[in-house]
Amino acid sequence: MALKVSELSVGDTYTECLVEDLKRTQIVQYAGASGDYNPLHTDEVFTTEVAKYPSVFAHGMLSMGMTGRMITNYVGDGRLKKYGVRFTSQVWPGDSLNSTATVDEITEEDGEPVVNLKVETTNQDGMVVISGYASARIDP
Amino acid sequence: MAADKFPIEASHIMMFARSVADDNKIYYDEDYAKTTEPGNIIAPPTFAQASAQFDPNYFLRPKIGEPWFGSGKEATGIQRDGSGGGGGGGGGGGLHAEQHFEYHRHVSPGDVLTGETKPGKTWEKQGKRSGKLVFSESITEYRDQNGELVITARGVGVRTERPVDQ
Repeated sequence: MALKVSELSVGDTYTECLVEDLKRTQIVQYAGASGDYNPLHTDEVFTTEVAKYPSVFAHGMLSMGMTGRMITNYVGDGRLKKYGVRFTSQVWPGDSLNSTATVDEITEEDGEPVVNLKVETTNQDGMVVISGYASARIDP
Repeated sequence: MAADKFPIEASHIMMFARSVADDNKIYYDEDYAKTTEPGNIIAPPTFAQASAQFDPNYFLRPKIGEPWFGSGKEATGIQRDGSGGGGGGGGGGGLHAEQHFEYHRHVSPGDVLTGETKPGKTWEKQGKRSGKLVFSESITEYRDQNGELVITARGVGVRTERPVDQ
C-alpha cells in the first residue's frame, strides 16, 4: 500500500474525484463535525442578504479535508509529514472537484525516504480551488 | 484555535471523516485499524481544525445566551458596522487564505491535546477581485498529554474590502 522509492518517478500523478455536485447538506455536515458554524457556509439568507455572496459556499477546510483524502489514499495511512494549501477560489454547492497529486521530488529526511508532492484541486470549469503541497514518508 | 483540552475521540473522528466523505476504515473501525501500519484508529490530516469544538472562545460557534450573527427573524441577528466584522459579518469579511500542517506524530483516540495559538506575520496586498486584502497568520502548536509536540498548524486569514467578485 505504501509508496516505494523504486516505483516512483518525478512527474508521476495520482488523481481522484473528490465530489460531484457538492450538496449543501455536506457543508452542514462539515460545519457540525469541525465546529465552524460560520453562517457563510450554511445560512443562505445571511450569506445572500448580509454578506452579499450569491449563495453559501464550502469551508476552505472542507475542500482541504477532501483533498487530504486523495493524498492519504495515495501515500497510505499515517505516512503524511506535511500538508499545506492556499485556497485560491471559493467552492460552491453544485461544484464537482477533482484533485491531483504530482510527484515533485523524491528525497530523504532524517535518513528516511520522502516524497514531496504538488497538490491541486480544480472545479468542473478547470478553475484551481486549492493549490498546495504534501510530503510523506515512503518505503525504500 | 486555542484549546486547553482537546480530547481525541473515536466518534468525533468518525463524524469528521464522514463530513469530508472519507470512507477509509482506519477512521472508524478499530479492528481494521489494528491490521494497518499505524495499528490504531488515527485522525484524518485536517482533523486538528476540529479543535474549534474545544476552544471555549471560538467565535464561529453560537454561544448560549449570546447574540449570533446568522439569520433568524432578520437576515442577521447582529447589526454590525459596514466594514466587515468577524467571519464575514459585514460587506466583506474574513476568509481562510492558507492552511499548513506539520505532523510530528499521528494522533489517536485517547490522546488529549492542548493547542496554543500565537499570532504570526500580517501583510497587505491589493486584490483584483475584492479590493484591499489584509492577511494575518496564526500558528498553533498541538501538544499531547506528555507535552510532546504532535502537530504544528499555521493558518492565514484574509479580510477583504468587499465580497470577492464572482
